[in-house]
Amino acid sequence: MDENKAAFEPRIIAFVCNWCTYAGADLTGTSRIKYATNVEIVRFPCTGRIDFMLLLKAFAAGADGIIVSGCHPNDCHYTSGNFHARRRWIVFRGLLDFLGIDVRRIHYYWVSAAEGAKWAEVVNQTVAEIRELGPYTEYKKVANYIEETEAAHE
Amino acid sequence: MSKIGVFICHCGENISATVDCARVAQAAAEMEGVAYATDYKYMCSEPGQQLIRQAIREHNLDGVVVGSCSPRMHEPTFRRACAEAGLNPYLCEIANLREHCSWVHEKGEATTQKAIDIVQGLVEKVRRNQPLTPIRVPVTKKALVIGGGIAGIQAALDIANCGHRVILVEKEPSIGGHMAQLSETFPTLDCSQCILTPRMVEVAQHPNITLYTYAEVESVEGFIGNFKATIRLKAKSVDEKKCTGCGLCTTKCPNKKIPGEFNEGLGTRTAIYVPFPQAVPNKPVIDKEHCNYYQKGKCRVCEKFCPTGAITFDQPDQFITEEVGAIVVTTGFRVLPTSFFPEYGYGRYKDVITGIQFERLASASGPTMGEIRRPSDGTVPKKVVFIACCGSRDPAKGIPYCSKICCMYTAKHAMLYQHKVHDGESTVFYMDIRAGGKNYEEFVRRAIEEDKVNYVRGRVARVYERADGKLVVRGVDTLLGAQQVEIEADMVVLATAGVANPGAEELAQKLHISYDPYHFFAEAHPKLRPVETNTAGIYLAGACQAPKDIPETVATASGAAAKVVSLLSQDDLVREPLVAVVNRCAPPVYSTCVGCFLCQTACPYQAIEREEIKDRQGRVIKTVAKVNPGLCQGCGTCVSFCRSKAIDIQGYSNEQMYAEVNALLNHE
Amino acid sequence: MKETGFYPGCSLQATSREYNESVRALARHLSLPLREIEDWNCCGATAAHSMNHELALALPARVLALAEAQGMEEIVVPCAACYGRLATTHHTLVTDETLRQKTCDTIGMEYSGKLKILNAVQWIEQYVEPLLANAVTHPINRKMACYYGCLLVRPHKVLQFDRVEDPQSMDRLCALCGSEPVDWAFKTECCGAGLSISRTQSVGRLSGAILSDAAERGAEAIIVACPMCHSNLDMRRPAANRSLGQKLDIPVLFITQLIGLALGIPRKELGLDRHFVPVPQW
Repeated sequence: MDENKAAFEPRIIAFVCNWCTYAGADLTGTSRIKYATNVEIVRFPCTGRIDFMLLLKAFAAGADGIIVSGCHPNDCHYTSGNFHARRRWIVFRGLLDFLGIDVRRIHYYWVSAAEGAKWAEVVNQTVAEIRELGPYTEYKKVANYIEETEAAHE
Repeated sequence: MSKIGVFICHCGENISATVDCARVAQAAAEMEGVAYATDYKYMCSEPGQQLIRQAIREHNLDGVVVGSCSPRMHEPTFRRACAEAGLNPYLCEIANLREHCSWVHEKGEATTQKAIDIVQGLVEKVRRNQPLTPIRVPVTKKALVIGGGIAGIQAALDIANCGHRVILVEKEPSIGGHMAQLSETFPTLDCSQCILTPRMVEVAQHPNITLYTYAEVESVEGFIGNFKATIRLKAKSVDEKKCTGCGLCTTKCPNKKIPGEFNEGLGTRTAIYVPFPQAVPNKPVIDKEHCNYYQKGKCRVCEKFCPTGAITFDQPDQFITEEVGAIVVTTGFRVLPTSFFPEYGYGRYKDVITGIQFERLASASGPTMGEIRRPSDGTVPKKVVFIACCGSRDPAKGIPYCSKICCMYTAKHAMLYQHKVHDGESTVFYMDIRAGGKNYEEFVRRAIEEDKVNYVRGRVARVYERADGKLVVRGVDTLLGAQQVEIEADMVVLATAGVANPGAEELAQKLHISYDPYHFFAEAHPKLRPVETNTAGIYLAGACQAPKDIPETVATASGAAAKVVSLLSQDDLVREPLVAVVNRCAPPVYSTCVGCFLCQTACPYQAIEREEIKDRQGRVIKTVAKVNPGLCQGCGTCVSFCRSKAIDIQGYSNEQMYAEVNALLNHE
Repeated sequence: MKETGFYPGCSLQATSREYNESVRALARHLSLPLREIEDWNCCGATAAHSMNHELALALPARVLALAEAQGMEEIVVPCAACYGRLATTHHTLVTDETLRQKTCDTIGMEYSGKLKILNAVQWIEQYVEPLLANAVTHPINRKMACYYGCLLVRPHKVLQFDRVEDPQSMDRLCALCGSEPVDWAFKTECCGAGLSISRTQSVGRLSGAILSDAAERGAEAIIVACPMCHSNLDMRRPAANRSLGQKLDIPVLFITQLIGLALGIPRKELGLDRHFVPVPQW
């Protein structure tokens, strides 16, 4: 089991805003700070834009973990987008939990354009935690269940 | 079937050192929808760009992915190259292979695989990109400045001097604001009116400035470049064209005992009045609330004496509409009255006054002609106590912020008092001395060291009037082991907190600009956009943002003016088309929008409007949301709020983002 | 008429019997029903709340619970200190559910928090004032300095009574009795309070300052609504005089005594003969 975990390379999608975290991740690059290759970054204008359906889509497509990261409170380029995102996350987390989706697989951060080193830490930490949790097979079960129920209704 | 071109840059060795670029290009060539893929040492170089242009033409590409450095670096470069080859620039996307891949990972299979994934994600995204055209918004080359204090005066002059028309609206009968009330100014002690009044005259005479005094902004519609403002010109009851400003009416008006606003209640004025001798315009108005004729129906003395027949009692309020491209809000602030302070007597003691009242006492044109005299009996006070931080920095009073100007003007007041009353004694109670500013600290030191002002560090608990009329100031000296001190004073000057004007909230709502919990207007960014608001085309300057001294006020006014001028110097505003749109479809659906307007609550820019879809008879079939592209900044918050997925953001649409996420994960 | 509960507290049984007598005299004279809370106990005063938070809540809570259990909807608490303790406890219990439950467990009684607590001035404003215009038979045409002390108006957040600096309610009542309230500076200054016994000298200095300001402004009596204030200004007069270096004979009356005089209630019923500083015949 432990060997399996060590061999397991989680696939993680990072949903980030253009103004803070994307720029922060750029800074990680220009600072040549190394981090794990498991995270793919998707750029959005603002965390307020990140529809949580996208998170579910990512799980459905096989993601083992998700990072959502944007500007720190009060630093949003659009004033309040990150507050909307935070609020949505608070509500959505309860819903996910209710649905039986493991909320430990979603990591919510604030990384500013100046926090290159923090971005590397965030990635490495998330990768380590998701690796510990193992491949996310439960979601497929949920997805299968939904499909089956829908099929039964038809 | 799309024809995407993929161009992988080596960035010298910056990418190729850890990523096998040739393999990435190879993999890309096999991706669905990719018609052409190659790699090159420097894509951003002229030969690199030429390579892209050529490929677009040769392969008739309908989308481009450049795998290179961060899009924050060269997205504009590559989009321009695409445009030059006739491809819509918004059909070009950048895969960040350098900052997000080669620089942060070691050389190896995983790194190359990640690069392929990134390219794959963007290929899928770009297949769904729509050609977009930049949004063009025409600009009305005229500015509206609300508030005629020093901030408004400075902003109006700066804009007008650049050749643009300015409408300056002031609610009082004269421009000048608080600065006109001040005696001397710190830290130079130059006379406030001497430096201000020439500017006031300049405003009045400037060919590009239209000045409306005794006027208020009634409503504002529209958006950047295209505002429409309705202004109420309050009836002055004096025909400005006929009035010569001789002032005879003000000497004849029988109602002489009205506490004058300009003198902060320390002097009186008549019902028909000019607020102060240097007023601009120097023509009187009738204060209807105090006028015998308006109140009791009898008098008309001013009409009788007016040599030009300028008095017009039946003049109504007028409404005018002005179209402007930009708005500068410079409505200033006010200081709390003494009645706000129960511990200092609820404003019952005549000789407990505010700082601005002291300014009037010290002003050469003030009610005492510049002599410091007690309001109660006109005697010269021999002992004056100044209390700093009255209300400020006191959460219990609802004002946790520092009013910023009080430390300096209190030092100035004590200094002026010592200069005018040589045998006088002055004491300042303070919390901290905040004298950050050019020559400010030196100024305070001068008050303490040269003018022998007694500074006591501590708060004042109470001020009361003894039976013999002396004021007793009871406080604490924290530098003497929190010892209680009691000082008898002839006059007490309270440096009361600077607060927002009473109408600030209402004005902010009219303009759709945001404000803080204290009703000061909020800037778009506290550091980098200090004179802009969140509503494009509306700017701020001066103390309506927070208490500010004159230099800072003037600096923000010039800053706001520079923003306005750069806006008005364009014929059209060109904006990125990455904005939200509400979908439209064929009848009977018209749009999947159900008209819940949650998007309206989400939008920080008031960019969402209501649109009624009507049938041929003009009956409303459906009310749906519509995005004003002039106001939308493209944050996309509305998109995730929309329950019926009717609103989407161009360039980051749901379809594009789903495709990108799917593609990133779509490999084993 | 609705019956009002009455909580005398210890002072009204001892040093300030005249306060008790005058409240009851007013009620009797105007037929305002008062019913004393049965089996009431000490409010805890200063001692409890400076030593033990739980006890400081439990003692007044028992009084409140008793009143509620005895079917009272409101109670009048003439002593300002008792009023402060009872009102503060009430406020704490209705705003903190955990504390309420804990305190109810301690006293073994329930308290719902529906009780209304009035100080003497509020009781007068509610029940006596509407009758005053017709009932005043002997207007007291004198200058009065109304002294509110600290506990009647503070803490303002909890009590929400009058203005915290320069309160006005007793001044208005004085005027209704035909007197002229003076505008003075020491309405809410400290009289020395509980230091009366341990540091009489300090009380003399503080009370002296209050007395002399009232006297300087021409007041002919000081009107109070607190037993502590009264005893410091009245009983500690020698100490005050020593501190001032002069002899002040300005009398100190409870607001209920002043109103009683204006209503023509005999001096004896109002307990006026119990004062240290004699009250002249007006």
